[in-house]
Amino acid sequence: MPTRYTFGGDEHLFVECSDEMSLEAFFKSLSMANGVKESGIKGITEICPANASFQIKFDPDLIKPDDVLREVRAIEGAAERAEPVIRTRIVEIPVFYNDPWTHETLMRFRERHQEPSGTDLDYATRINGYVDVDDFVAAHSGSPWFVSMVGFVAGLPFMYQMVERQRQIQVPKYLRPRTDTPRLTVGHGGCFGCIYSVRGAGGYQMFGITPMPIFDPTQTTSYLRNFMVFFRPGDVVKFKPIDRDAYDQAVEDVDKGRFSPPVREVSFDLREFQKDITGYNTRLEGMINGH
Amino acid sequence: MAIKVLHHGLATTVQDLGRPGYFHLGIPLGGAMDRYAMRAANLLVGNDEGAAGLEAVFLGPKLEFTEDTVVAVTGADMPARVDGVEQPGWTAFPVRAGQTLTFDFLKSGARIYIAVAGGIDVPVALGSRSTYPIGALGGYKGRPLAAGDELPIGAGNGSGEGRSVGEPLRRLPAAPVALRVLPGLYWDRLADAAKQSFFADEWKVAPEADRMGYRFRGGRKLSFIERQQPFGAGSDPSNIVDSCYPYGSIQVPGGTEPIILHRDAVSGGGYFMLGTVISADMDLIGQMQPHTPTRFVEVTMDEALAARAEENARLEALRTSLS
Repeated sequence: MPTRYTFGGDEHLFVECSDEMSLEAFFKSLSMANGVKESGIKGITEICPANASFQIKFDPDLIKPDDVLREVRAIEGAAERAEPVIRTRIVEIPVFYNDPWTHETLMRFRERHQEPSGTDLDYATRINGYVDVDDFVAAHSGSPWFVSMVGFVAGLPFMYQMVERQRQIQVPKYLRPRTDTPRLTVGHGGCFGCIYSVRGAGGYQMFGITPMPIFDPTQTTSYLRNFMVFFRPGDVVKFKPIDRDAYDQAVEDVDKGRFSPPVREVSFDLREFQKDITGYNTRLEGMINGH
Repeated sequence: MAIKVLHHGLATTVQDLGRPGYFHLGIPLGGAMDRYAMRAANLLVGNDEGAAGLEAVFLGPKLEFTEDTVVAVTGADMPARVDGVEQPGWTAFPVRAGQTLTFDFLKSGARIYIAVAGGIDVPVALGSRSTYPIGALGGYKGRPLAAGDELPIGAGNGSGEGRSVGEPLRRLPAAPVALRVLPGLYWDRLADAAKQSFFADEWKVAPEADRMGYRFRGGRKLSFIERQQPFGAGSDPSNIVDSCYPYGSIQVPGGTEPIILHRDAVSGGGYFMLGTVISADMDLIGQMQPHTPTRFVEVTMDEALAARAEENARLEALRTSLS
């Protein structure tokens, strides 16, 4: 489908690269959003990349909406001709799957769930055709994910699994949203994973919890001193299953300022990725370990 | 100089004109819902328009002042009293050390703006003093005020006392409210009948109306053009692949109750939006109470820009009248 341009009132331009989710659509929207950022078009105050679309906020006192549209359209051509390569980061996120805190929460809201007799992990395992929860966790943590959007609330990453579409984990959201979700819950809704940056309402299925804060308005967490939000659109995430002891240790390390997430700068090439997804992912993961 | 909070009202927060530039990380603009009223209150007490003041909804706080100062209250019609003596709205009045500011019940509108000479001097977070409670960011300790809080106040410039905004420059919505909407975004997902009924029906503000968004009820359910839902969008016809949400955009989950996102908006999600309230009408929403009858009025981009120019002219007139 061709890229669709539409105005959100007199202050926003909304650009939809595709109405369905795909890595190609995500890549195009991120490239265009980055292109807009680099172009320095006057009067633009916000550039928000999303999964397969992006949004610009502008000041119509400084630039006419039609001029914003014209300038952004011009960037589309350049974005399409550009190499589908981004410089980004890969980060390893420890996850305590099937933890007691999300378990307590999901039991409290069981009547809002499709399958009140099991857990969210049981349900996701069954409807995605995995043998058991361990098998499901292996799939969830076995391939990297793209941070395709940061938002909803402060610092929350939406993540898109970097595997063939038929292998992607998909689960519906809760029938009715919960009024509570533990902070740092690793969740999933539709084809998107997320990490809840703050405690609050939520509708995604809950699989586990990470000990690693990703939003800290006090900026006291050692790796969030420079900026309070950890994630950026385009980051690559690899989950690492940990047990209770490792979780407790990590929480203590965070508190004492000793925790630092393994992060490496990487260059991601969409064409190379598509030629050999499994091989490319293996190489990406190797980079976390310094290979 | 400080203000002691004796009672917090219902939900009183420190606000200024907002925190642009972080929506791509999920941190919303924030700031006064009725920015015109906030600017007016600041200009009345001799502050910069962007100084921090208090926004109180439906119920006023009870505040004690530790030093002599000048205060102005704008926005909703909720008479202020200093040690029991009524003070005029949209007018700067003196408050002496030890005196207490209280408010009568709300008569019309929804939100008052309280400006104090020198402004509320809480720390600046990401370029703004606005409170973003979900992120525990900005404002007074990242949260709405509570009894016992002490708000630091900056140094005023000694001007303001006795200044007043003329009647024609005061603004409150008159029921029924007309909100002008530019159709767009996922407008074409709607069936023709829904495109008509949305603008033809009378809606009412639902009780779920706050700084994140205003929900409406009472109109007919909107129907969609049938389609095979795109991959990643979710099964309901009102679902889309999660996208950003513009401020003022109108989402209608399940086609039943329109929600207009406002200053503390979530930055994105998976519900289709049928259009966006124009910038000139956003302040009005902040003054709407639950049950307010509302109509949505379709406009073009040219009409939206003309309305914005009118609002800008009104703001210029306000600045001139108070300079």
